[in-house]
Amino acid sequence: MLVVTAISIVRVRKLFGVVMLSGVFSLLSALLFVSFDAVDVAFTEAAVGAGISTVLMLGTIALTARTEKKPSHSSILPLIVVTITGAVLVYGTLDMPNFGAADAPIHTHVAPEYFSRTPVEIDVPNIVTAILGSYRGYDTLGETAVVFTAGIGVVLLISGLGRRRKRKKTDVEKA
Amino acid sequence: MSELFDVNFIIGHFQYWLGIILMMTGLFVVVSRGNLVKKVVGLNVFQTSVFMLYISMGKITGGTAPIFTGNPQEVYSNPLPHVLILTAIVVGIATTALGLALIVRIREEYETIEEDNIQHLENAMQRKEDQDAGAMI
Repeated sequence: MLVVTAISIVRVRKLFGVVMLSGVFSLLSALLFVSFDAVDVAFTEAAVGAGISTVLMLGTIALTARTEKKPSHSSILPLIVVTITGAVLVYGTLDMPNFGAADAPIHTHVAPEYFSRTPVEIDVPNIVTAILGSYRGYDTLGETAVVFTAGIGVVLLISGLGRRRKRKKTDVEKA
Repeated sequence: MSELFDVNFIIGHFQYWLGIILMMTGLFVVVSRGNLVKKVVGLNVFQTSVFMLYISMGKITGGTAPIFTGNPQEVYSNPLPHVLILTAIVVGIATTALGLALIVRIREEYETIEEDNIQHLENAMQRKEDQDAGAMI
């Protein structure tokens, strides 16, 4: 189902449809995260991916254009590049452990440490919260800094939109 | 290479391969489409499929979400990828917002959000500048 949605994103040329499909894609992936036991990730994805980013994209297409132009050059070269990249990635997965295996390196390295220390040191039942807020607190601080910087960037880029439009209009009237 | 045709191996890795197919679909949109909004959507698809790959690595068959239930025999899935991806989702929306703001600004300046048209306008501007410089000399 996810693959079908992704492929239709490639085909559809009406931007409104594309944005809606990307919302559907996010929601489906949130469902997938629930089935992979990642409930925290799932509700973040549902809120942020399917909610906020859809709203932002709708705002952008309202300010710009609604339809996409037909691509002028053929898409054979990108297709070749993408196929090669995909083949290399698939080759990379050949060394990976089977899906859902409990003895994979990822589960035997530092994860048991977190499981044994969280109840003693943090005493929060949700381990994801404990790691995010405490063990990797600096990461979260850095993330906040990134969001803050991006917010400033967005405000600087689109502030004064109405003012500039008005000035352009008066220029045209003068000329 | 004989393990490539092992049914267990194929079933065990099919999840990763689906993720890679999705990733490549996103990359294809980014590379081949000229519309800037569609490029951002493609980037989002790419990003979400990378998340899926990471989360699928943390899954243990028969495991449950990493929240303590009080049962000492309980098997939990690995919480570390979840933490990383939570951070990545939020950073991803920040970059998406910045990209969309850039698109709005580009449209204001060039009156188009198609890559080809922007390229034409740029070339025309460059030629005009060259001509002006030639006239001065």
